[in-house]
Amino acid sequence: MSAPAKTSTPVEPAAPGARRAARRNKGIKGNTLWFWVFVGPFVLGLLIFSYLPILWSLVLSFFEAYNTATPSKFVGLRNYVDMLTDHNFLSSLGTFTIFAVFIVPLTFVLSLALALLVNQVKIARAFFRSVFFLPTACSYVVASLIWKLSIFNGVRFGLANTILGWFGIDNIAWLSTVSPPWYWVPLVTVRLWLQLGFYMILFIAGLQRISPSLYEAAYVDGAKPGWQVFRYITLPQLRSTSVAVLILNLIAAYQAFDEFYNLVGNVNYARPPLVYLYGISLGSIQDLGHGSAGALILAVIIMIVTLLQSRILGFGKAGD
Amino acid sequence: MPAHVPNAGLSRRDLLKQTGGLAALAAFTAACGGNTGRPSSGGGGGGSKPNLSQWYHQYGEAGTQQAAMRYAKAYPDANVSIQWTPGDYDAKLASGLLSSKGPDVFEGHFNISMVKSNQVVPLDDIMADVKDDFQPGDLATNTLDGKIYGIRMIIDPQVIYYRKSLLDKAGIKPPETVDDLISAAKELTTNKVKGIFVGNDGGNVLGGPALYSSGGEFLTKDNKPGFGGARAAQAFDKLHELYASKSVLLGAPTDWWDPTAINQGLVAMQWIGMWAVPGMQKALGDDIGVIPFPKLDAQGKPSVYSGGWTQFVSAKSANVDAAKKYVKWLWIDKQDYQEDWSLSYGFHIPPRKSLAAKASKLQSGVAADTVKLTQDYSYTDNPAWTPKMGTAFTDLLTNVIKKGADPAAEITKAEKTVNDELSRLFG
Repeated sequence: MSAPAKTSTPVEPAAPGARRAARRNKGIKGNTLWFWVFVGPFVLGLLIFSYLPILWSLVLSFFEAYNTATPSKFVGLRNYVDMLTDHNFLSSLGTFTIFAVFIVPLTFVLSLALALLVNQVKIARAFFRSVFFLPTACSYVVASLIWKLSIFNGVRFGLANTILGWFGIDNIAWLSTVSPPWYWVPLVTVRLWLQLGFYMILFIAGLQRISPSLYEAAYVDGAKPGWQVFRYITLPQLRSTSVAVLILNLIAAYQAFDEFYNLVGNVNYARPPLVYLYGISLGSIQDLGHGSAGALILAVIIMIVTLLQSRILGFGKAGD
Repeated sequence: MPAHVPNAGLSRRDLLKQTGGLAALAAFTAACGGNTGRPSSGGGGGGSKPNLSQWYHQYGEAGTQQAAMRYAKAYPDANVSIQWTPGDYDAKLASGLLSSKGPDVFEGHFNISMVKSNQVVPLDDIMADVKDDFQPGDLATNTLDGKIYGIRMIIDPQVIYYRKSLLDKAGIKPPETVDDLISAAKELTTNKVKGIFVGNDGGNVLGGPALYSSGGEFLTKDNKPGFGGARAAQAFDKLHELYASKSVLLGAPTDWWDPTAINQGLVAMQWIGMWAVPGMQKALGDDIGVIPFPKLDAQGKPSVYSGGWTQFVSAKSANVDAAKKYVKWLWIDKQDYQEDWSLSYGFHIPPRKSLAAKASKLQSGVAADTVKLTQDYSYTDNPAWTPKMGTAFTDLLTNVIKKGADPAAEITKAEKTVNDELSRLFG
C-alpha cells in the first residue's frame, strides 16, 4: 500500500513559528548588541581605570619607582618589608583604629535611632527622611571646609567657641591641640553628619521589611511597647541590615581621606593610611614603589578584616 | 505613541538606543580626553606656532593671574596657555610631570630628584649672559653638578612682622633672641590678642629658621645631615616652649602665609613672607616692624628663609627648545614684566640684582628693612634636600613642638630617613 500523498499543508503552520524564532534570534542579537553598547564603555572604563592600575600598582610594588610610574629597578619584596616596618605606616593604622572605634559604633547607634524616630513619624515622614539624608549628597571637601572655617576654627568667632564663650569657657584650638586631642571632635562629627542619613535609609528599609503581624503577636503575648519590643523583635529582625551597616562602616573608615586631609592636613598624629600613602606616592615625594606596596598591604588588610567580620557576625547565613 | 506627544516619531526603544549611544560616546571621549592646559592643535589662530602650557600655583595677591595671562598672550613666538592651580599645586605638578601631558614650562622648587628622574632640562645656555646678575644663593639653590636647572622668578624672604604700637604699649623691644621672642609673645597675649601666629600647625614653618639660628643646617657641604647635635635640639625645644606658652594663635581661618590674622588684630606678631607687606600696609598703615627669626643665643645668629619660586622647563615637553626660548623671553629679556610680577601685586625681591637695585618700592619702610635683613641673614634651600627628607624633618618638628617629645630621639629618627635617602641618591 502506498502511502497517501502528502500535501504541503503541514509546512504552513510551521512558518509563523520559524519566523518568530528568526525574529527572536535577531532580537537576541540586537539585545546583545545594545547590552554591549550600554555596558561596554563602563566595562572598558572599569578595566582601564580600575583593574589595570591595580595590576600596575602590583608591578610597581616590586620595583623602585621614584618620580616615575615606569618600573626602574627590581627590588623584590623590599618595599613591602619597608612599609611593614615603617613606624609612620603602622602609626597610620593606629589612627584608623582610633577613628573606627569612634565612628563605627556611633554611626550604628545614631543612624538606627534616627531611623526608628523617622519611621514612627506620622506626618511629613518623607520630609524628615530627606532632611536627614540630604547631607549624604554634600561633598566631603565642602563639609570639611565648613567645619574647619566656620564651626571649629580656633578663634573667638568660630561657632563652637562662640557657644563655649557663653558659658565662660576659653577658646579651643579644635584642630591644632593634641593634648587633649580635640581634633577628633571635628573629624568624627563631620563624618557623622555626612553619613548618618545614608545608614538611616538602610535601617528604614530594614524596618519596613518587618511584618506588622510580628508586633501584633508580641503585644498579644504581653510584650511591653518600647524597649522590650525593640530588644526582642526589632533588633533581631534588623540583623542582616545591622551586619551590612557595620561592615560598610568599617570599610569606609579604612578609606578615610577627605576629612583628615582637609581638616588637619598631613600631620603624623592624625594621619590615616590613605593620607599617608597619598603623601608618599602622589604628593611631592612621588615614591610610587613604596606607595603601591602600602596600598596593596592596606587592600589585603581590608579584605581580611572584612572576611573575619563577616564570619564573626554571620553575614550571609541562611535565613538572613 | 499618541500624535500629541513631542517627538512622536521616536519610540522609547529608539530613544534609549540613541541616548545610550550618546552616553557611550561621551564616556569614551571623556576617557580619552584630558585637560593639559595646552591649547588645542591649531587653536587660537596660531598657525605653525608651537603650543606651550605654563603652570602656576595660585598666588594670593589679586591681579597675579591676569598678569600671567597677559605676559603669555604677549609672547609672539608660541601659543602659551596658562594653567592656574588652586589647592595642592605640588601634588598636581608632581603627577603632571610623570607624563607628557604635563606642563612645558612650570614654576616650582628644585631638588635633586627632579634631575635624577629626568624631569627638567639644564638652562645654562639661556642663563650664560646674565648669570652674574643673580644672587649666588639663588643660583646655588637651582644648580646641581655645575648645571643650572631653573631661573629664579621671585625671592620671598620670610620673617616676623609685628605691630609696633602693641610692642610699644607693652614696653617691649623687638626680640633679639629666641628667649626674648617667647617672653614677648607671652607679654603681648591678652584675652583678645595672641602674641604670635606661626601657622595653625603650631610652628613647623619655624623649624628651618630655628635650625639656622642655632648654627645648624639641613645638610652639610659634604651632604650629611646637619640638623643633629645639642644646639639644634635646643633650638627645636625652644619651639616647643613657644608653642606651650599658650601665646601662639592656633586655628585661625587662614594660615601663616596670609596676613589676615595680624591685619584683623588677632595677633601682635606673625611669621610671614614679604609678599604680604602691601596687604599689611593697607590694613595697618605704618604700624608694622620687622625682625628676622632671632638668634638662639649669643653664639647663634638671626636667620631669614629666602624662599621663592623658580621657573623650569619640563624634559618631557614636546617643544623643549620653544619652551626654553619662552622662558628666556619672559624671565630674562622682559625686565618690565619681572618688575611688574615682583612689585605690582605682593612684594617680592626681583632676583636680578640690577632690577632689585632700582626697585623703588623696596627702598623705604618695612620693605627696605626686610631686604636688608635678607642680605644679612638669609639662607636658601639645598637642592640635595628632597621632599622625603622634608617630611621626616616635619614629623620631627610635629613630635617635638606639639607632643613635647625628646628632640634628640626625634633627630635620630629623622637622621635615619635622611641618611637612607642620601645613600639612595649618592650611593
